[in-house]
Amino acid sequence: MNAPAAQAAASKGAIRIQNVDKVYDAKEGPVQAVSDCTLDIRAGEICMIVGPSGCGKTTLLNAIAGFHDITGGSIHLDGEMLCGPERPKAEPGPDRVVVFQNGALFPWKTNLENVAFGPVVQGKMTRSQAEQKARGMMADAGLIGVEHNYPGEVSSGMRRRVEIVRALMNDPKVLLLDEPFRALDQLTKSVMHEALLEIYYRNKVTIFFITHDLEEAIFLGHRVAIMTTRPCKPKKILEVDIPHPRDYSVLTSPRFRELMEETVSAVHEEAVKAFEAGEKEM
Amino acid sequence: MSAVAADSMRRLPKRKGPGFFGNVAVRAVISLAVFIAFWEIASRLKWPWIGQAPAPSVVLDAWIPLLTDKGYWYSWVQSSRRVLSGFIAAMIIGIPLGLAMATSRIFNDITFPVFEILRPIPPLAWVPAAIIFWPTQELSIGFVIFLGAIYTIMLNVIGGARSIDIRFFQAARSMGSSNWDIFRRIILPGVLPSIIVGCEVGIGITWNVVVAAEMISGGGGAIQSRAGGGLGFFIWNTYIGGSYPLIVVGMISIGVAGWISSAIIRRLGIAVTPWLRLR
Repeated sequence: MNAPAAQAAASKGAIRIQNVDKVYDAKEGPVQAVSDCTLDIRAGEICMIVGPSGCGKTTLLNAIAGFHDITGGSIHLDGEMLCGPERPKAEPGPDRVVVFQNGALFPWKTNLENVAFGPVVQGKMTRSQAEQKARGMMADAGLIGVEHNYPGEVSSGMRRRVEIVRALMNDPKVLLLDEPFRALDQLTKSVMHEALLEIYYRNKVTIFFITHDLEEAIFLGHRVAIMTTRPCKPKKILEVDIPHPRDYSVLTSPRFRELMEETVSAVHEEAVKAFEAGEKEM
Repeated sequence: MSAVAADSMRRLPKRKGPGFFGNVAVRAVISLAVFIAFWEIASRLKWPWIGQAPAPSVVLDAWIPLLTDKGYWYSWVQSSRRVLSGFIAAMIIGIPLGLAMATSRIFNDITFPVFEILRPIPPLAWVPAAIIFWPTQELSIGFVIFLGAIYTIMLNVIGGARSIDIRFFQAARSMGSSNWDIFRRIILPGVLPSIIVGCEVGIGITWNVVVAAEMISGGGGAIQSRAGGGLGFFIWNTYIGGSYPLIVVGMISIGVAGWISSAIIRRLGIAVTPWLRLR
């Protein structure tokens, strides 16, 4: 883990979210999920997004990924507009790959075929080239011996790792993670955190990471953006001034405790508001 | 302590091996034997309702001479051929139609009302129309069998395609898949398990309708035997002739044929969906 300061090294993957609005047409009438949200994510940083359930974090992720449109504002990636006034919905693309909450590995493909999927469908590599690269990347991530298993045959922790490697196979500028470790138990989660950091130090992509877990947020992130309850916008952006590379020993450091305290109170306030408003997960 | 542990370890493998009653085949034989014994006794004692049916021994007496009868085996061949061709036609037409209805909103809106009106019409009700529509008897029979299978296959394809997790589509899109990639790498494998279920149920239904379909055949070119028109015709014909043991022979023959067909489809299904074997 003798990685250079990844943040400085990366030159691509800056996301500029400017005054983004998103209004849903729900049965009960329009719902403002995101309102006037402005957030600058630096190239190569791990930006953690924390906020109460149903606050609109995933809406923001879907807008960046190009799964849903926005109703106002704009999002740029490295100066290029993804979506904005003229084009409300971004085109999904391999420069912004999503890793989903409950996983979306294709169950009918082996782990290796899953990892090799991106370059093959993009026509960038032949199947055998892609599989060769996939083997290498899987080995780097500690995934040896499961190449020819189906996702259903390996543990959930393994599956998450396969999925992250599958995303990285596309050489993305940005990795969009939507609570990827939510369903894992605490021990597996801690293993996954270190695995993710190790993968990150090697690949240096920008990471947009949604979570409910404050410890996870501070442990992984360069910055933690605490979002308000619906409509969603940043309430507070916390700089985590613990140097990378990090390992689990930072969890017991005094600075980590201080940052936790700072975050907890801000998040708790929003959580209470959300609870009182009776927000549902969307 | 260690002696106890070693002892229990030694006992472990024993528990693993299935006992006599644990064997699937043994259970099946017991189930059939009990059923036949019950039937035999009930029939001999002239119990109400079930006593009306010929006893298994009587059925067997009627069956044994048929085993060397060419016409009887020709009925198997005839019915199997008809069922298979009607069923394959249902697959060839039903699977693409189902996929089109599941993937295209417009196509679905246009075709679904017609589909829903035609679907409840029983294949038996189609018999007269089938005779008028089609130039040959065989085509009419095949058509009725086809109708028996196609709706089930289509419904399963539509349901299966619609229940594919949206995240699979999103993940595929974000990795740069074209529409064709999505269709061939996500929709087709995603819907495959449902296609197999549809076929398994569908081929059962084709055997259900084979009696109705073969009423059309009127002997279907059977030579020198009362039975050459297919197993369905065999039942119809023996019913008209009043031979109750032979009706039961026909019924059991269809039952066995249907069971073999479903078993074959199940096997094929397991072979083409290796990822489901692991769950």
